[in-house]
Amino acid sequence: MRKRNGFLIAGLVLTCALAALILLGFFWTPYDPNAMAAGPKFDAPSPAHWMGTDNFGRDIFSRVLKGAGTTVSIALATLLIGAVCGSLAGALTGYFGGPADEVLMRLNDALTAFPSILLALVVISILGPGSRLNVMTALGLVFIPSFARVTRTAFASLRDVNYIKSARLMGASSRRILLVHMLPNTAPVLLPALTIGFNNAVLAEASMSFLGIGATPPNASLGYMLSEAQGMLFAAPWYAAGTGLVVVLLVFSVGLLGEGLRRRDRGVL
Amino acid sequence: MKRKLLAVLLLLGLLGAVLCGCGDGSADKTPEGGQTSGSTEPAAQPAADHPNEITVGIAQDLDESLDPHKAVAAGTKEVMFNVFEGLMKPTPEGDLIPAVAEKYEISDDQLTYTFTIRDGITFHNGEPVTAEDVGASLARCKNGGDGILEVEAFSNIRSMETADSRVISITLEEPDSEFLSYLTTAILPADYDGQDTAPVGTGPFRFVSRAAQDNIVLERFAGYWGEPAYLDKVTYKIIENADSILMSLQSGAVDLFAHLTSTQVAQLGDDFNIEEGTMNLVQAMYLNNAEKPFDDVRVRQALCYAVDRQQILDLAFDGYGSLIGSSMYPAFGKYFDDSLTNHYPHDVEKARALLADAGYPDGFAMTITVPSNYQPHIDTAQVIVEQLKEVGVAAEIQLVEWGTWLSDVYAGRQFQATVVGVDASTMTARALLERFTSTAGNNFINYSSAEYDAFFQEAVSAADDAAQTAAYKRAEANLTENAANVYIQDLADLVAVRKGLTGVRFYPIYVLDLSGIRYAD
Repeated sequence: MRKRNGFLIAGLVLTCALAALILLGFFWTPYDPNAMAAGPKFDAPSPAHWMGTDNFGRDIFSRVLKGAGTTVSIALATLLIGAVCGSLAGALTGYFGGPADEVLMRLNDALTAFPSILLALVVISILGPGSRLNVMTALGLVFIPSFARVTRTAFASLRDVNYIKSARLMGASSRRILLVHMLPNTAPVLLPALTIGFNNAVLAEASMSFLGIGATPPNASLGYMLSEAQGMLFAAPWYAAGTGLVVVLLVFSVGLLGEGLRRRDRGVL
Repeated sequence: MKRKLLAVLLLLGLLGAVLCGCGDGSADKTPEGGQTSGSTEPAAQPAADHPNEITVGIAQDLDESLDPHKAVAAGTKEVMFNVFEGLMKPTPEGDLIPAVAEKYEISDDQLTYTFTIRDGITFHNGEPVTAEDVGASLARCKNGGDGILEVEAFSNIRSMETADSRVISITLEEPDSEFLSYLTTAILPADYDGQDTAPVGTGPFRFVSRAAQDNIVLERFAGYWGEPAYLDKVTYKIIENADSILMSLQSGAVDLFAHLTSTQVAQLGDDFNIEEGTMNLVQAMYLNNAEKPFDDVRVRQALCYAVDRQQILDLAFDGYGSLIGSSMYPAFGKYFDDSLTNHYPHDVEKARALLADAGYPDGFAMTITVPSNYQPHIDTAQVIVEQLKEVGVAAEIQLVEWGTWLSDVYAGRQFQATVVGVDASTMTARALLERFTSTAGNNFINYSSAEYDAFFQEAVSAADDAAQTAAYKRAEANLTENAANVYIQDLADLVAVRKGLTGVRFYPIYVLDLSGIRYAD
């Protein structure tokens, strides 16, 4: 008997709704997100300004839509760099093993020993702050080790199972074995890793902007907005609340999605 | 399965509760504020046995060297004003009074100044101040070198003679009616070489210690010649993060913080009195006049027309601040020319026409460099970016550390535009205007106008005060007409002082005088 996968459905619905809103933000927002005096300063949430206005009278909802777009696009780019490089390294070392595996993995351990934000800060200070590309690169580099580790474990555990051995005996090329026989079977591990990675990337971007390294004013990003909101916690509590809510929702819904995927693939409902 | 769903529901519920909590916070703002003030009332009116000391917050670390003759940053001079004195000293009213000197005489030909040093005055290290110390200090600033900033006005000194250990006479090449105001230059012990790290002066407070990036401690100088300071000890705490400033005040870690924003002040609550003065800074979007496209006067004028300064005050400063039109602020009543203030009224059409005229009908892209530790300048820049959009200029803000700003923008002149405030090191028009002469070492905007140089020279060498003032005003008008910079305002100086403390005095220069501050009981 099949039960419905509640996590997957809830996660999909929430994620799609948020994604739609964020996509909308790229093309249309109720107000120009940077336009000052769109409303009175520090206006509490109202039908005209759903999340109120900030210290310049900018519409916070519009800024949140736009800022979430910035944050999510940086997070996705980060994830792409981290997942592609990390999975590639992990898959190869996991499948072939040998001294290269040992060296790469010990290097990986060394990188993991650094707090990720600190590592990103170091990379940023080398690349130079202020540019969005540099932030993506720095965060992407930081995300490589965790993906490499997860993928390596998955591939290494499949290396000696019978159907892979058979494929090898039949003379299948390593590329074919890796891509066709192994990759699909690591999905139950990789997909949740991707969703968790996405969440971490969102939070990492927010932290970077919060520290003043990511987005530059007046452009909005969720982290930068939170950092601004902190200075006005008493004058405009809705600023921090609205922005924080979006961060929480974003992470929560993608987290649900990941959990749903994991349960589906494991057959646990 | 059911248990997991329950967990999710609980999590959602928790989320809701957090949000409701925030909502409640906004609704209950007033009672909460009342409560806070109620609970800290005893602390705000301290018993007589409280330590007679305060902590002052400052937004940036001081210069690497504490030597007053090397100080570049206004923030360093602001602190060191309490430690050092010159022969003369400014007053809150904008006058000069003798400090290290007891009295002085000026010869009839205006060339020889004879100073008598105060009887019994000593440095913080206990050594008496002698005429040799005075002569050596002035010579040090005359010659410059080794990081010491030359005082240009001292190049006019022909000779200095010490009649005895208490009398020094200074002879000038030619008369200079502003010469006295340059004698606020700090007097240092001649045979002491530790000024960089352990400064010694004659002021009401003496230097105790410094922890870079963290704090500077001053202590009352018991041997001060004048009215002694009220406080025993003052700790300057460096709080570079603008967000931490409010919390440090509200938590009681800091008792006094100057140069706050109106937003910060509005959130402070009832524990603090807010004193309002002016910052005595010329806040402007400074333009690199040597850099394209700002080498074209029409482009600079277009920017002036495009920027709506009143809107900047309204949006970023809650209406506080006074508009200016040139490199002079209103507190300098004598030199301030209010007719320049509205030389460039907000006029988008005119700005567009000027840009088209200069060959930029579709505008251009530019970068505004802003020091990241000065929130007022960041806020101003944000408003400017929006306003420039209307004329097609796509401006982008680049935030840099204060140290980077000093080295790249101020010293290196590698920038297009920057929003900062420029102060006057001494109470003279010269201190503000000399930097725009084409050969000045601190002419960081690369302003170059032969006419301006001529006006300035005329002012410096003017025989009488009226002619000098007139020449300075012409120089100011020259800056305005050529749109050297987009002049904005003199910021309001909002100082939060913990209730129970009094005695904040505002000066027409950028200093914070601590000697008058005391507990009211």
